[in-house]
Amino acid sequence: MSVAFLAALEFPSIKHLVDWEDLALKGTPLAINKVVLLMWLAAIIVFVLFIVAGKRARSEAGLVPAGVQNIVEFGIDFVRNDIILQTMGPQGLGWTSFLSTMFFFIFFCNIFEVIPLIQFPVNARMAVPFVLAIFVWVIYNTVGIKSQGLGGYMKSILFPPGVPKFLRPLVAFIEIISTILVRPFSLAVRLFANMLAGHLLLVTFGVLSAALFTKTVLAVILPLPFAMLILLTGFEILVAVLQAFIFTILTAVYIGGAMNPEH
Amino acid sequence: MLYLLAQAAEGAAETAKGLSSIGAGIGYGAAAIGPGIGIGIVVGNAITAMARQPESAGMVRTTMFLGIAFTEALALIGFVVFILLKFA
Repeated sequence: MSVAFLAALEFPSIKHLVDWEDLALKGTPLAINKVVLLMWLAAIIVFVLFIVAGKRARSEAGLVPAGVQNIVEFGIDFVRNDIILQTMGPQGLGWTSFLSTMFFFIFFCNIFEVIPLIQFPVNARMAVPFVLAIFVWVIYNTVGIKSQGLGGYMKSILFPPGVPKFLRPLVAFIEIISTILVRPFSLAVRLFANMLAGHLLLVTFGVLSAALFTKTVLAVILPLPFAMLILLTGFEILVAVLQAFIFTILTAVYIGGAMNPEH
Repeated sequence: MLYLLAQAAEGAAETAKGLSSIGAGIGYGAAAIGPGIGIGIVVGNAITAMARQPESAGMVRTTMFLGIAFTEALALIGFVVFILLKFA
């Protein structure tokens, strides 16, 4: 476990795909590895970003947004207009702070994928998206029970309106599995698999470029994988934003659906 | 005789490993067919809608991403199965 390894200057062995080496507190459940450090870094970045931007917005200079304040205001505006108002309507505006924190945290976790010397998306470890998905699951179920009552919420899950009577048992079965099991699972797997697949793509072309970087005649085809690596890096920036957006908008859809039953 | 048996057992382990790799590859390929077609349909129809009614483009785009997310989940589950078969 050297510095060069931590800084992504050499390629880890393939077993790191499922098992990352611990740095501190080895062998305990609280072991700290690179992924944990990066997750803390993402949390700190989000925290500092919002504190600094909030301070600036409250000061006199904040009347004209600039610098960090611009970034945060743009992000919150995006969450407000493109996520909440499109899916939950005006009554979901109370969720702006939660959803924008989530959006920024997932985005920073993802964007580490293309940042030199880090080059690892935190969400490519199942634990992080899984915990986020469980978090969302608890929240939308709580909101549903709170706003409709336990009976009303179960009724709106089990018996969506407009279903013919003889199909109701089947629909109830499908709906309960979909709401209780499939939603959090697919929410977590979508984020995890997208980031892991993108990371593997980058690694594949990175390894290929490194292997072709020789003085033999094979170096002639080096530009091909290298061009692909650059293109994919751009694509992965898009994916990082898109996956943060999709996770947040699905959260908003689930919470909105729990608040307002379909009629 | 024992030597031959040991060799056969080793061969069987190798064969099992190879078969699971083949299964992983074919499985992922098969899992990508449906979502590929599905995402094509979703995006194609979204483009048609945006071209007909450019003023509703924002709403259509949001719904399109939702549709893509739901469709894509199947392919990604296939990818996870691939990883599990290959490395776990």
